[in-house]
Amino acid sequence: MTSTLPTPDAIDQPHQALRPSRRGFLGYVVGASTLVVAADLSLGTPAYAAVPSGPQIPEAYDLEDLQTDSARPTAQLITIAIEKDGTATFAIPRMEVGQGITTSTAVIIAEELDLPISKVRVSLAPARPELLFNQLTGGSNTTVSTFTPMRVAAAIAKGALLEAAAIELGSAAALLKSKDGVITAPGGASRTYGELAAKAASTTTKGVTVDLKPRSSFRVIGKPANRVDARDIVTGKKKFSMDLEVPNALPTMVCRPPTLNGHPKRILNQPTVKAMPGVTDIAMVDTGIAVRAQTFGQCIDAVRALKVDWAPGSVEGESDATILKSLRKAELPLAVPKVPVLAKTIEADFAFMFRSSAALEPYAAIADVRSDRAEVWAGLKAPIVAQGNIAKAVGLPQSKVKVNVITGGGSFGHKLFGDHAIEAAKISKAMGKPVRLMWHRADEPRQGRVHPMATSRIRATYLAGQVLSFEQRHTSVSTDFSHGLGEMITAMADELPNPLANLSFSQTIFSLTQELPYNFGAVTQLLNETDERFNTGSMRNIYSPDVRCANELVVDQLARAMGKDPLAFRLEFIKDERVRAVLKKAAAVGNWGRKMPAGTAQGIAIHKEYKGATACLVEIDCRPATVNRKVRDGVTGPRVTKAVVAVDAGLVVNPQGLKAQMMGGFSDGLALALTSSLHLRDGHFLEASWDNYFYTRQWNIPPQFEAVIVNPEVEQPGGAGEAAVSSSVAAVACAFARATGKVPTTFPINHNQPVAFEVKSFVPPVPESPTDGLSHTY
Amino acid sequence: MPKHTFILNGKPVTVDVHDDVRLLWVIRDIVGLTGPKYGCGINVCKACTSHLNGKAFNPCSVRVADVKATDKVTTIEGLADTVPGDLHPMQEAWLEYDVAQCGYCQPGQIMAAVAKVKQARAAGHEITDADLDEIRNVCRCGTYSRIREAIKAGSKNM
Repeated sequence: MTSTLPTPDAIDQPHQALRPSRRGFLGYVVGASTLVVAADLSLGTPAYAAVPSGPQIPEAYDLEDLQTDSARPTAQLITIAIEKDGTATFAIPRMEVGQGITTSTAVIIAEELDLPISKVRVSLAPARPELLFNQLTGGSNTTVSTFTPMRVAAAIAKGALLEAAAIELGSAAALLKSKDGVITAPGGASRTYGELAAKAASTTTKGVTVDLKPRSSFRVIGKPANRVDARDIVTGKKKFSMDLEVPNALPTMVCRPPTLNGHPKRILNQPTVKAMPGVTDIAMVDTGIAVRAQTFGQCIDAVRALKVDWAPGSVEGESDATILKSLRKAELPLAVPKVPVLAKTIEADFAFMFRSSAALEPYAAIADVRSDRAEVWAGLKAPIVAQGNIAKAVGLPQSKVKVNVITGGGSFGHKLFGDHAIEAAKISKAMGKPVRLMWHRADEPRQGRVHPMATSRIRATYLAGQVLSFEQRHTSVSTDFSHGLGEMITAMADELPNPLANLSFSQTIFSLTQELPYNFGAVTQLLNETDERFNTGSMRNIYSPDVRCANELVVDQLARAMGKDPLAFRLEFIKDERVRAVLKKAAAVGNWGRKMPAGTAQGIAIHKEYKGATACLVEIDCRPATVNRKVRDGVTGPRVTKAVVAVDAGLVVNPQGLKAQMMGGFSDGLALALTSSLHLRDGHFLEASWDNYFYTRQWNIPPQFEAVIVNPEVEQPGGAGEAAVSSSVAAVACAFARATGKVPTTFPINHNQPVAFEVKSFVPPVPESPTDGLSHTY
Repeated sequence: MPKHTFILNGKPVTVDVHDDVRLLWVIRDIVGLTGPKYGCGINVCKACTSHLNGKAFNPCSVRVADVKATDKVTTIEGLADTVPGDLHPMQEAWLEYDVAQCGYCQPGQIMAAVAKVKQARAAGHEITDADLDEIRNVCRCGTYSRIREAIKAGSKNM
């Protein structure tokens, strides 16, 4: 299929001539040999009112709006094609990382086109610089920003097919019926979309207007749909970056420095390592010594054998304690507004440790860099930025670098950055050969992106049954926004609410996302960031899980101080009806208030973000017999025995996928509260694998888990991927506090216990693969 | 270089590689089957879980020299062929419960699930929550609850 993208010159009718109806949208039939269509939302940018002083900024304009508005001007550059075999094809400029967007996108297109979901093929678009800000996957924004453009394009395609069918069948388009990819005339004569695809095509690009299906006619949107890639997954056919066949791209790994962000000065035993079995190439790059070999196993052996003179890292001598101390120094002062002298105060102070955002698929990328061009294959959520960085790193124009976006084995924020793709390109250039780069697991927590350490101080005042003020000062190690959100903010500066002028990127993001959904009088939430020496990024959200965990623990303290039940207290003070509805649902399904044995308790918490809301109810068992149970090379501790997540994600495209995201979000919240963190000691992180970094495992998971959807009658879809994390971490923390009578102040709660593992070596930087696998079969 | 022979998904394969190379890399980098995944290389994450003579094992931690010519290695790609029908009942259950998210760990999860059910049966009982708690496979998407449901359902058809 070839197609010409619409440019102003190529459009027959000027914009002014197109007057869409009240529910109508603009779009194009694009000049091509088969039917190709696109939406145009560039004229439809809605106006936002000024932010009143009372409500918080996200109530009027949030990060979802920023991302959606940034994507709008380029929506017409994204096309759907009807192929001659009757399928609809669409290369989504977003990345599938497990969150299910290829499935939900197929559902959306199938709906508007009256096609079966199985006849919609969604692939991932390579880096397309002309899309500007419309190719960033993050902030649970994909469905929010692509829902309308995709529907408009699909509706235009259906309209063109109907017109072609009308001529073919000698009928009026309005009399034809479309169903399952077939258009039928009143007399019964019919044509398939495949038969019509070429006839509906246009030789020139022309503008059209179209109406979208009303919600009442939805046939597949809102019905449970299984993942489109499920069969490939369960049969082992699904390919990730390191599974791709690229000629001569041999396994490549990097021997990394013993301290964070150190770099190599020289190799001390290159000839010895070069002579090892399977090794083909060795090259020094800024991040370490790269080794290319016949197998990854031989790369591991070579990495372990390398002797390297290392330059110091970026945080030599630093540890959790020293970084925490510098965060405390950077905290902005609390300045309680004037409240009556009789008002009582609750103060709280929380610390959230470094966490690794790495997915199970480690950073991996294939790169083939030649003298005049380069091609890269990698999981990248911001591929345009990565493309620019790769071009810079290897000294080529951006247009000579092809970046293929490969479905990711998880991301959670980690693949927002192109670290792996840039490194692979540098190595390929240095070796003059294609490389298949894989980070060792140990490299991920030790040198990869982490969620920054943060503190949160809160002071709340109350009197006579009312909360008079709630102030929060969140202080964090600097978060890196160089993956594209930063540029998006710069470009959209004129659109942002006034109070955001002159804030840093991080403060802008904080202000666009943080909202305390209670009527608590004078509310201020401020962020300060310090210390840019770490490799940071978001991790299934940026600030919300920590901020909301702190908030909800204080909400429970306020309820207790004011003699109220945590649920009743929340219901009394919640601002928003949609938040109230999810809370009520979670409480009802989870049987809030049932009698629990000593040492066990329920906890409940809410979160409002992503054009929706979640509430989580958990039951936790903190009795010694549970806490002290033993699992080899794992941590146990308190066990959450039941969890309910109620979600309002606006208009639901795929309830099956939405519930899956609630389940995953809960697993993350559980880990954040109880088990998973990195320990910084003497300039490096101690953790090196999954027997050190304790993400949620089967022995931590509640035997009872339920996700419940609360469906509001709204037209706007909300976000799902990150939505459950904040309410989940908060609910687990609140339950722990209620079960033990002690409010935790450090997260995860086990962080300050002695480390529960033997620390793996830093030189060599990766552990040897064991050889005793045959004695561990079952 | 030494030659090594074993049976992979029902067919004998012979590879020319050093004794020490772990079976995972022989399967992935030399034979070219990519169903078993790398997640740690030290038998911790279990993403490479496959079967050796019908029992779950982790090829990241087995030298190719330690596998005999008669040893039957089954990866996710060969699981369906061990039973009549199109897919193994555990794969069917995975589809029915729409377990997978990113899918990276799921080949290993399914292979572990099949072995775990057989292990419970050999011990004279059906799979319990305590058995499920023993499964060590990491799922970083956090699909554990659906994995538990699918294993219970899939075991009924095994």
